[in-house]
Amino acid sequence: MQPVNAFLRRVPEWAVWVAGALPLALLVFDTFNGGLGVDPVRDIEHRLGRTALYFLIATLAATPIRKLLRINATHLRRAIGLLSFSYACLHITAWMVFDMGLLWPQMLKDVIKRPYLIFGMAAFVILLLLALTSNRFSIRRLGIRWQQIHKLIYPAAVLASLHWLWALKLWTGWPLFCAGAILLLLSLRLPRVMGGIKKYI
Amino acid sequence: ALALSGKQSAFSTDEKPNSFEEITNYNNFYEFGFGKEDPARHAGALTTDPWSVEIGGMVDRPGSYGVEDLAPESALEERIYRLRCVEAWSMIIPWLGVPLASVLNKAGVQPGAKFVAFETLLRPSEMRAQAGGGIDWPYREGLRLDEAMHPLTILATGLYDKPMPNQNGAPIRLVVPWKYGFKSIKSVVKITLTDSQPRTSWQSLQPSEYGFYANVNPEVDHPRWSQASERRIGAGLLGGRQETLMFNGYGDQVASLYAGMDLTQNY
Repeated sequence: MQPVNAFLRRVPEWAVWVAGALPLALLVFDTFNGGLGVDPVRDIEHRLGRTALYFLIATLAATPIRKLLRINATHLRRAIGLLSFSYACLHITAWMVFDMGLLWPQMLKDVIKRPYLIFGMAAFVILLLLALTSNRFSIRRLGIRWQQIHKLIYPAAVLASLHWLWALKLWTGWPLFCAGAILLLLSLRLPRVMGGIKKYI
Repeated sequence: ALALSGKQSAFSTDEKPNSFEEITNYNNFYEFGFGKEDPARHAGALTTDPWSVEIGGMVDRPGSYGVEDLAPESALEERIYRLRCVEAWSMIIPWLGVPLASVLNKAGVQPGAKFVAFETLLRPSEMRAQAGGGIDWPYREGLRLDEAMHPLTILATGLYDKPMPNQNGAPIRLVVPWKYGFKSIKSVVKITLTDSQPRTSWQSLQPSEYGFYANVNPEVDHPRWSQASERRIGAGLLGGRQETLMFNGYGDQVASLYAGMDLTQNY
């Protein structure tokens, strides 16, 4: 894995941001070129939400990949996590403006009443907290507590996944697969699971 | 396909219909996949001719009826109806069809009949998602007899002066405009008159979320989302939402069917 790690070490954070902006660029392109089909509102909202979840999964994958494959992308993890938060912001904005048409009374009522929105908003509040404390100053200032706080990404990922599943009429393949990926990545945090796997590789 | 035409109807709304493009590319027809674009992509595989509808149960003349027998071209009416999906989006669709009552009268409803049960075609070789799970195929729906006989209830065989596109439920489908869209069962092959309330697909799957009646009702929410408002397909990015109307705006015609019933219990 030396060549991979040597390459990754040279990748600057801004390159992650540029690559991470591609799904948004593609979405904007599709929006203005009729690539979204009959219901662009739903496509914009859902694509932003899915992208946020994919980046969240990628953030969770950094540590297991380092431990199991010895590929070290830890220095890029913050940017990937912040990309997830950025897409979550856009997802919520699309929901508020395009989907709900800024219908504040119904939005507020729904957010406190509907499990799928409670799950989603709880995940977002956690991501917001993590984003706000992702700078060097907070890391230094919070010390050991910083690590504890940033373990909140685990419940955030579970909540984001439940948010998706609870909004569906039927549980279908892809959202279930993503939920499974999250559960797998979280189970790798258990020393017993990680230890067991390491014995075989 | 040849152009069809239908007599105008006083039941039609004067709202502007959605485009043919919108109506035929945004469908829930789970037999062809769970995505809204899947039916347009995959329903071409469905053979709709020959087709027959088996009418049975408590009728005087049970048997196998052709589409042309049930909905002769000369009898077609144009019904421009609002369609409200349980997922809180809506469209306006210019259907062509005949009142279901005319079809049931052809078969001769017997006095003891109280409900009508419907079934969609079961043909996994052409309806690709029937090979998988999700729903206990074939898809089933049902109406109370008075709902079925109501003049708003039609069996549609076309839309926009064209024979019914496959993704919209060719060759013949139910349209009940005051109920959520899932009640309007597509590609019907079986109609059975019974004296007991039939089990329907969504009700069997999630009885707490989908009832037998499924009347559009802004005051009774789906347990997981609000039904107070809806998004009109085609309204554009900043089209916003509009209020959902009781019985999808058909209350004047149908509210009396439910007089005295608790609609929060009978959702």
